[in-house]
Amino acid sequence: MTPLISLAGVEKYYGDYHALRDLTLEIGAGEFFSLLGPSGCGKTTLLRTIAGFETPSSGSLRIDGRDMTGVPANRRPTNMVFQSYAIFPHLSVAENVGFGLRRAAGSRAEKMKKVEEALEMVGLSGFGKRAAHALSGGQRQRVALARALILKPKVLLLDEPMSALDKKLREQMQGELRRLQRQVGITFILVTHDQEEALIMSDRIAVMFDGRIAQLDTPQRLYRAPVNRQVAEFIGMMNFLPGELRREDGRFVASIRGLGTIPLPEEQVPTGAGPGPAQFGLRPESLSVVFGSEALPTGCFSDGTVAERAYYGDMTYYDIALSDGAAPITCSMRNLVSRPVLERGTKVRLAWEPGALCIFPG
Amino acid sequence: MAGATQRSEAATGLALVAPPLVYAVALLAVPMAVIVLFSFWTQDYLDLDTTLTLDNYREAWTDPIYRELMARSVYISGVVTLITVVLAFPVAYYISFHVAPERKALWIFLVTIPFWTSYLVRIFLWKVILGFNGVLNTSLIGIGLIDAPLTVILYNLNAVVIALAHAFAPFAILPIFVALERIDRSLLEAARDLGETARSAFVRVTLPLAMPGVVAASLIVFIPTIGDYITPRLVGGPGGLMIANMIQTQFLRLNNAPMGATLAVLAMLIVSGIALLFVLANRRFLKRRG
Ligand SMILES: Nc1ncnc2c1ncn2[C@@H]1O[C@H](COP(=O)(O)OP(=O)(O)O)[C@@H](O)[C@H]1O
Ligand SMILES: [Mg+2]
Repeated sequence: MTPLISLAGVEKYYGDYHALRDLTLEIGAGEFFSLLGPSGCGKTTLLRTIAGFETPSSGSLRIDGRDMTGVPANRRPTNMVFQSYAIFPHLSVAENVGFGLRRAAGSRAEKMKKVEEALEMVGLSGFGKRAAHALSGGQRQRVALARALILKPKVLLLDEPMSALDKKLREQMQGELRRLQRQVGITFILVTHDQEEALIMSDRIAVMFDGRIAQLDTPQRLYRAPVNRQVAEFIGMMNFLPGELRREDGRFVASIRGLGTIPLPEEQVPTGAGPGPAQFGLRPESLSVVFGSEALPTGCFSDGTVAERAYYGDMTYYDIALSDGAAPITCSMRNLVSRPVLERGTKVRLAWEPGALCIFPG
Repeated sequence: MAGATQRSEAATGLALVAPPLVYAVALLAVPMAVIVLFSFWTQDYLDLDTTLTLDNYREAWTDPIYRELMARSVYISGVVTLITVVLAFPVAYYISFHVAPERKALWIFLVTIPFWTSYLVRIFLWKVILGFNGVLNTSLIGIGLIDAPLTVILYNLNAVVIALAHAFAPFAILPIFVALERIDRSLLEAARDLGETARSAFVRVTLPLAMPGVVAASLIVFIPTIGDYITPRLVGGPGGLMIANMIQTQFLRLNNAPMGATLAVLAMLIVSGIALLFVLANRRFLKRRG
């Protein structure tokens, strides 16, 4: 991977407020990169720093090998899709899309052709003459995309582009955006607070808290092996079970409240972790409820009772109370025709994969 | 049933709007109608001749004195409007873009300070400033820039323009400020992002989006200044008189109410015509903004 964007020790202060803390990261050419984190963690600030609307208090930013210090937004090889889309209300759709072409070479006819192509790319052929203010939310987003992509930037920056859309449209646009990114091959940096969106779309994700990057990984590694409890809580659902990490005969053993004691392979224990109290994380899909005469999957077992259940159509989520009175564990089951949806109070056995266990020392 | 409800709703609505309607009719439509009626009558020394005729209009249109006063009024108003709006824009822009949000209210409040004193007092102050032995002349002589007092600044058209432009500045600042405040700042960033410099982003985005405010400011200044009476009377001298002074003269000195009414109606028509042109010329901005 050749880094297209590299940040080294970037800090940003607003007065006393420390918005970005020592950010060092590299983003590759053609990558779909996401900045994920709760509201206020500094995602927009980082994006705006890359775009040139904010100046870092210290640290350096390079795009395509060039130091960006003192380079204003209008001279950076980046374009942005704003959260509000920032469609010019006094211009038509075509004038909006062609806005950045004024300084470009080429005749009027060539530019109009480019505009038409850009509109076609985002599925808005024939919309050029419309007034921009008469567009729907989804259409405005497409105009904003076309307007940015027509300039063939090295990097496209997107600030929560989907947050103003309803669920159905959002899912559709997520797919289209991903397809578009593959088609044009431009580096996309997406800001989002929606973990699902980040997982679906990204090649890599940087999870941010309080101006810091907590973890930078591929979606799968982020989901499977969150580096700490905060990241684990932010991405997907996870049960946290108190327990203890012990060493017996030179091997690690987990003693988990409600689930018993099991040996752990060395590679599953985070480096640097030693014996002591720990939190053990298990995702709901790593647990299964075994009822009656169903065949037993391999793994570990515990006895419990259905304390609560939530039916989602495709899945059912069960809260299982374990026999020793520990807090209930959430477990998700795919709803098969052959599998009954269990009522509250049903006695069940809980099976779980030891390999899925996440260990957070401390 | 539904029809009955509708009718009673309409009746309630009518009852609700009736008092302001009566008020509006009594205070606006009636005086206007009286003026229009008067303009078709003629004055025969002490008697009012109530036969309807266009004689007054003919006279107003052909007599050079009326034409000159009318043309001068339009000219003065035009110049005042231009100067006021051109000077108000940077002030409004500064308040909207460079004053911290929590200070904006204070600045707008400061802009309205001139209204705290009566207009008459302000006019007399202008006399003090612009007069032959006034503040301006004595200062300029004092620092040696001029040898003799300037006479082109009082009791002529220039003095009227200066005093009116000053008086109407807040009226022009406010609508422009409101229009600038309504501009989504991310639009300007988007323009920068798409390759424009700060200056060209101003021309391509800020200015067109501020146009409704500029048009409103122009109308707010132009319409009342054309009929202004006090300013030309006090600082205009003979060369700075405007149509309103003539209307006053017709009504009170020459006892020719019909001629005064005719001039008033003509002034009104001219103002309406010019205002209409303004609005039409700006249609495309307003229409596109929706
Ligand atoms: N111009 C600014 N002045 C002061 N504080 C700011 C400014 N912009 C952002 N902040 C603060 O920086 C923090 C991060 O903001 P932001 O990057 O917008 O977060 P996010 O996009 O992750 O929700 C917030 O607490 C916000 O209040
Ligand atoms: Mg944000």
